[in-house]
Amino acid sequence: MSAIIELGGVRKTYRSGAVEFEALRGIDIRIDTGEYVAVIGPSGSGKSTLMNILGCLDVPTEGHYVLAGEDTSSLDEAELAAIRNRRIGFVFQQFHLLPSMSALRNVELPLIYAGLSRADRRERAAEALAKVGLAERLDHRPGELSGGQQQRVAVARALVTEPALLLADEPTGNLDSRSTRDVLGLLDELHDAGRTIVLITHEQDVAARAGRSLVIDDGLITSDRATAAAPAGATS
Amino acid sequence: MSWWETVRSGLAAIRAHRLRSALTVLGIVIGISSVILTVGLGQGAQQEVEDQIDALGSNLLIVSPGSSTDSSGNRGGFGSASTLTLADAAAIADEDAVPDASGVAPTTSSSVSLVSGDTNWTTSLVGTTTAWPDVRSRELSAGRFFTAAEAEQGAAVAVIGPDTASELFGVQSPVGQQVSVNGTRITVIGVLVSSGASSSGTSEDDVAVVPVGTASRLIGSTSTTVSTIYVAAVDEDVLAAAHQEVQALLANRHGVSTVDADFSIATQDSLVETANETNRTFTVLLGGVAGISLLVGGIGVMNIMLVSVTERVREIGLRKALGAAPRVIRRQFLVEASLLGLTGGLVGILIGVVGAQLLPRFIDQAVSISLVATLAALATSLALGVGFGVYPAGRAARLTPIDALRSE
Repeated sequence: MSAIIELGGVRKTYRSGAVEFEALRGIDIRIDTGEYVAVIGPSGSGKSTLMNILGCLDVPTEGHYVLAGEDTSSLDEAELAAIRNRRIGFVFQQFHLLPSMSALRNVELPLIYAGLSRADRRERAAEALAKVGLAERLDHRPGELSGGQQQRVAVARALVTEPALLLADEPTGNLDSRSTRDVLGLLDELHDAGRTIVLITHEQDVAARAGRSLVIDDGLITSDRATAAAPAGATS
Repeated sequence: MSWWETVRSGLAAIRAHRLRSALTVLGIVIGISSVILTVGLGQGAQQEVEDQIDALGSNLLIVSPGSSTDSSGNRGGFGSASTLTLADAAAIADEDAVPDASGVAPTTSSSVSLVSGDTNWTTSLVGTTTAWPDVRSRELSAGRFFTAAEAEQGAAVAVIGPDTASELFGVQSPVGQQVSVNGTRITVIGVLVSSGASSSGTSEDDVAVVPVGTASRLIGSTSTTVSTIYVAAVDEDVLAAAHQEVQALLANRHGVSTVDADFSIATQDSLVETANETNRTFTVLLGGVAGISLLVGGIGVMNIMLVSVTERVREIGLRKALGAAPRVIRRQFLVEASLLGLTGGLVGILIGVVGAQLLPRFIDQAVSISLVATLAALATSLALGVGFGVYPAGRAARLTPIDALRSE
């Protein structure tokens, strides 16, 4: 298996006036293509900082981060934006759909920034929505969809660029138990289809769906183990 | 992201907040339409004055009593400045003294009542010589002008303007009719051709022209002073020369220097200049006020764009997370602000043009729309959008995606 993510000696320090705060204190992680990894940790553990760095939303103060063969440590904002667009699909806790746009337009959004033609965008966005089971809801606005459906639109948006990495930040945090099962089931399917998924959560039972869990505490990885109850299809 | 795509998403954002966008645009609409209308009013007034003065003839010198202090004012009290006489006019008519003059028409002017049957009409009585039609470039539509012999005798004949004719006689032919002035009967021998539209109170088309002696008799005056001497130069090229000759001659006759002369000589150019100066002052003044409202409109656009950036922090964060580079975000907000400005400009021009068509119906004033002013207004509104969009757009572009996504 080739490594899709390689973090080496990653540190992140925040400065606020004279006060320094070390959110990450030396993280080394290697994630292979097709892995389904859960990152678990209480709030304040450095979990969000790690997610930001993995998502190229932020750069480490020290250390290096190689994503799909590209070292991202020295890139500027515009280059990071391009990497996010091509390599990473985000699923957020708050869905982050644009309320004034239809589901289809929402899913098209990353393709607009990728510079695809309108016809191509339509086709691929409709395809991605069909894949998450929303082929009948293309023209619905987020306000007309249930929470679970909204999150599935967000998953479709994350998939539409065929990214190397699907990064899900507490994707079930705002969902009821039925929608939670729904969305986690979708992630399982994607994993079975060979996607690399990093899931950030503080819920043990959500993390249990992944094949591998990383526990982060106080800016350090304290545990890295294959999950005993790994569902069928875990290939790592 | 293509420009077309950016414009589309800008339009979508503007549509999403219709009321807010409309209110923002309102400032620019008012600014642009008032700029167009004030400039149009100024130019319309200027054109009208130029047309009127053109009708006087471009080779005309107008000699008036009273000294000229500058191009726009006469010194000398009412009635006290009747320093021009028939003898002065006769002297100017002397070919040796003023070789560049082709005609001289002294005129007296007073207001009289003309009575025809039971119709009574007050008009201005102009007493003059036979040179008057040539010097003033006036023609007759019917009848004839008075002859030298009639002028000599002070015959009881009059040539009347077309307005006067229709007021006194309606559709009847005025030639050969009698009118009475202060009890004296005079015969109408001719009717003038209209001198063209005039919006000023004293119409050139409402006059009764009589020999100068007749005029004195009718109003019971024995004075030989005249109110104006019109001098026609041979042609436009020698107008300046004629001006100097008349000035020197009159100064000599009156025993004054040309610096503190007791008369003034105006040309068509100096009249145009005076009128235009007044118009320009008004145009600049009103245009300035309109410009300020444009500026306020621009600040309105900036205000709304700043609100929009604050309100859409999460959207900006999401767009950045999905791969929008800072430059793309900046462009999006700039395009949005420009579209607001441009929309305001277009609506403002529409209102301005419609206003220019409607306004002359309510006020007696032509409004001319200038293409240059319209294009400048459009460019200004676009520039306002871009100019006042730069700061909010920069703010949006600088937001970091993490902070933006996390904001509630």
